[in-house]
Amino acid sequence: MSDDIRDDAADSTRRRLLQAGASALALGAIPGVMSPRAQAQTTFDWKRYKGEPIEVLLVKSPRGDLLTKYHKEFEELTGISVGSEMIPEQQQRQKAVIEFNSGNPSFDVIALSYHVQKRQFAKNNWLTDLRPMLADKAVTDPNLDFNDFAKGGLNYAVEPDGRVNSLPMNLDPWVVYYNKELFDAKNIAYPRTFAEMTDAAAKLNDPGKGVAGFVGRGLKNANVPVWTSFLLGYGGGFVDKNGKLMTDSPEAIEGAKMYALLLSKYGPAGVAGYNWNESQSLFLQGKAAMWLDGIGFAQPLEDPTKSRVVGKVGYGVMPAGPKKQVSALFGDGEGISTYSKRKGPSWYYLQWASNKMNQTRMLQAAAGAPVRNSAYAAAQNSSDFKAPKQWVECMLKSASIAEPGLPVISPVTEFRDTFGIALTNMINGADPATELKKATAEFQPVLDKSEKS
Amino acid sequence: MSAVATARPGFLARRQRSYFLFIVPALLVVGAVIIFPWLFTLWMSAFDWKIGTTPHFVGLDNYAKLAANTRFHEAVGHTLYFTVLAVIFPLVLGTVAALIFHREFPFRGVLRSIFTMPMMATPVAVALVWTMMFHPQQGVLNYLLSLVGLPPSLWVYSPTLVIPSLVLVEIWHWTPLVMLIVLGGLAALPIEPYESARLDGASEWQLFRYITFPLVAPFIVVAAVIRTIDAIKAFDTIYVISQGGPGTASETINLYLYLQAFAFYNVGNASAVVVVFFALILALAMLLLYVRQRTKWT
Repeated sequence: MSDDIRDDAADSTRRRLLQAGASALALGAIPGVMSPRAQAQTTFDWKRYKGEPIEVLLVKSPRGDLLTKYHKEFEELTGISVGSEMIPEQQQRQKAVIEFNSGNPSFDVIALSYHVQKRQFAKNNWLTDLRPMLADKAVTDPNLDFNDFAKGGLNYAVEPDGRVNSLPMNLDPWVVYYNKELFDAKNIAYPRTFAEMTDAAAKLNDPGKGVAGFVGRGLKNANVPVWTSFLLGYGGGFVDKNGKLMTDSPEAIEGAKMYALLLSKYGPAGVAGYNWNESQSLFLQGKAAMWLDGIGFAQPLEDPTKSRVVGKVGYGVMPAGPKKQVSALFGDGEGISTYSKRKGPSWYYLQWASNKMNQTRMLQAAAGAPVRNSAYAAAQNSSDFKAPKQWVECMLKSASIAEPGLPVISPVTEFRDTFGIALTNMINGADPATELKKATAEFQPVLDKSEKS
Repeated sequence: MSAVATARPGFLARRQRSYFLFIVPALLVVGAVIIFPWLFTLWMSAFDWKIGTTPHFVGLDNYAKLAANTRFHEAVGHTLYFTVLAVIFPLVLGTVAALIFHREFPFRGVLRSIFTMPMMATPVAVALVWTMMFHPQQGVLNYLLSLVGLPPSLWVYSPTLVIPSLVLVEIWHWTPLVMLIVLGGLAALPIEPYESARLDGASEWQLFRYITFPLVAPFIVVAAVIRTIDAIKAFDTIYVISQGGPGTASETINLYLYLQAFAFYNVGNASAVVVVFFALILALAMLLLYVRQRTKWT
C-alpha cells in the first residue's frame, strides 16, 4: 500500500527535498524541513478517509487511557472509526511479536516503546516508512511541525538508514529527585558533577535516622538504566560500529563502580531488591536524599495524600560526568504496521494522536512528558496545571541533553537481564570489573546471533 | 478391495469398533490439548528457534546447553529448596491445626472459618500485600519485630532470606488447605480403636502416634501431593514479590522458563526446559504415588 502513496508522490523536486529532509532527520537536525512545505500546502482534508475503520493496539497506561478517552473526537474529526485494544506493557510486547510474525496482525496502528521495540521492529520491517506520507501535502496536516518536536524524540523515531517508522509521543529522560529539606539542613547544594553527587550522598546518608543518601533501582533488569546513566556520563557507549559490546570498557566499569558505591554504601538496606516503586515510597516518606529515575513521578511526589515531601522536592538535571552531561532517555511513539491495508487512515490517527492538543492534555493529566515543546507552554498557561516550574525546566533541559538509556538492539530484554544480574551482584559485594566482563562475554554471542539472524 | 469391503467382520471385532466410536471424542480432545502440544514441544526443543527467526534443527543441543547452564542448575536447586520448605511447613502446621480444630471448644466454627480465609484470597493480591509487608524500611513485619525487640530483617530483599520469606507467604496461604484435608480425615476416623486404647491406659501421645497418625496418614499424603504440585509450579507469588531476585536468588524453573519463552522468545530453549521440568515432575509424582500406596489403609 505504501507503494501507491510513493507513486502519487512522484515529483522529483520534492523527492530530493525529502531525501535531504530524511538525512537531516537521521542526524536529528530537523529544522525547517517540514514547516515551509507545510505552510505552503492547502489541500489537506481530515475527512479524506471518511467511513474507513482502523484498529489500534495501545499499552495500558495513563497515555493509552487518555488517547482512548478522546477517540470519539478523532472519529468526529475524520469520520474514521477506531477500534482500539489496550493491554499491559509486557503482554502488548508479546502480542506484537507473535502477531507480526504471523504476517497478519490484528492492528493497523501500534504503540511502541523505543528502548525495547525500536530495533526489533525496524530489523524485521514491521513498520511502515512514513516518509512518503510526510512528503504528501494532501495527507499531512500542516500543523505537524517537526521543529516543535524534541530532538531526543525525533532521534528515536528515525532509523540509521533514514526510515521514519513512527511518530514519537512521550519522552522519559532520567532525572534526580532531591529532598531540598535534607539538602538545606546540611547546607549542601544540588550536585553539578558525579563527584559532587557521591560526595552529597555520603554527607546526607544517615542510617541512624533511616535516611539514605541515595536511592535507585537495584532489582535486576529494572536497574540497568541507573548504571547506564553513569556510563553515559563517563563517555561510554553500548555497542561499537563492528557490533562489539563496549560494556566492559573502562567507562562502563567506572559507571558500575559509581552505581555500586551509591547503592551499596549510601543506599537503603535491601536496595538490591528495590524497583522504582520501593524507591518512590522511600523518597515519599522523606527517607532518601536523592532518587534517580524517570521524569514521570512528579504527580505522586506533589500529592499531599501520598507524599510527605510536598513542596520540598527538587527536580535536578542529571549531574555532569567526567566526559559528558547526559540524561538517559526512554520514550514511546506510534507506528503503522507494514501489513496494514489502511495506511492512509492510520497515518491520520498518528497525526491526531501526536497533535498539540493531545500532547498538552498528556501533560495536564500528568500522563507523561510530551515530545512537543509547545505543550509545555500551553499547559503552563492553563489553570489546572499543577506541576512545579522546576519540573518543566528540568524536563526541557534533560530532553536537550538526552541519549538513549539502553542500546538500540533487538535482544534488549536479555541485555537488561544479563547486566541487571551483574549489577545486583555488585550491590552485594561483587567486583564491578569482573562482573561486567563476565556479563559482556555472556551477552556478546546473544547479540551476534540476533544481528545475524 | 471389494472382497475386503464385503467381508463381514466377526462379532467381537464389530463390538470393539463400536467401543472405539465412543472414545473417539475423548481421544480427539486429549490428542488435541495434551498429546499434540507435548509432541510439538518435544519437536521444538530440537530446534534453535527464536520467534521472528528461522528455526534450525540442532538435535539435542538445547539439552546439552542446559546441562552446562549454571543458571538453570541454580533454578532447579531453588525450585527444590522452595518446594521442600513449602510442603513440609504447611503439612506440619496444617496437621497440628486440624488436630486442634478437631476438638470441641467454644467458637470452634467461627475460628475455623477465619483460619481458612487466606486460602480464598487471590494469589496476586496476596503477593502484593506481602510485598508491602516485607519492605525493609516501611513494612509492617520489621515493625512487629521491633516491638518484640528483634533486629529488622531484609526478608525478600536479601539473597539468602528470599526463599524462606517466600515460603512464609505459602505457609500463610496454604496451611488452611492442609488443615481442611486432614480435618476431613480425622472426621472419618472410627472411635472404637480410641476407646479400647484408652481402656488399656494409652496416653494422649500414644493415641496420636499409634492410632491417629497411621489412620490419617493417607490424607496427609493426599495433602502432600497437592502441596507438592502447587509448590513446584508456583509462579505468581514469586513473580510478583521478587521476580526471581535479588539477582537470581529466587529464580525457580518456572521463572527461568517464563523469561526464556516470553521475554527472550527463545522457544527452542524454553521447550527443552519444559521437557526437563516435566521429567522432574513425573519423577516426583511417581515417588509420591509410591508413598501413597505404602500408606493406604490395609
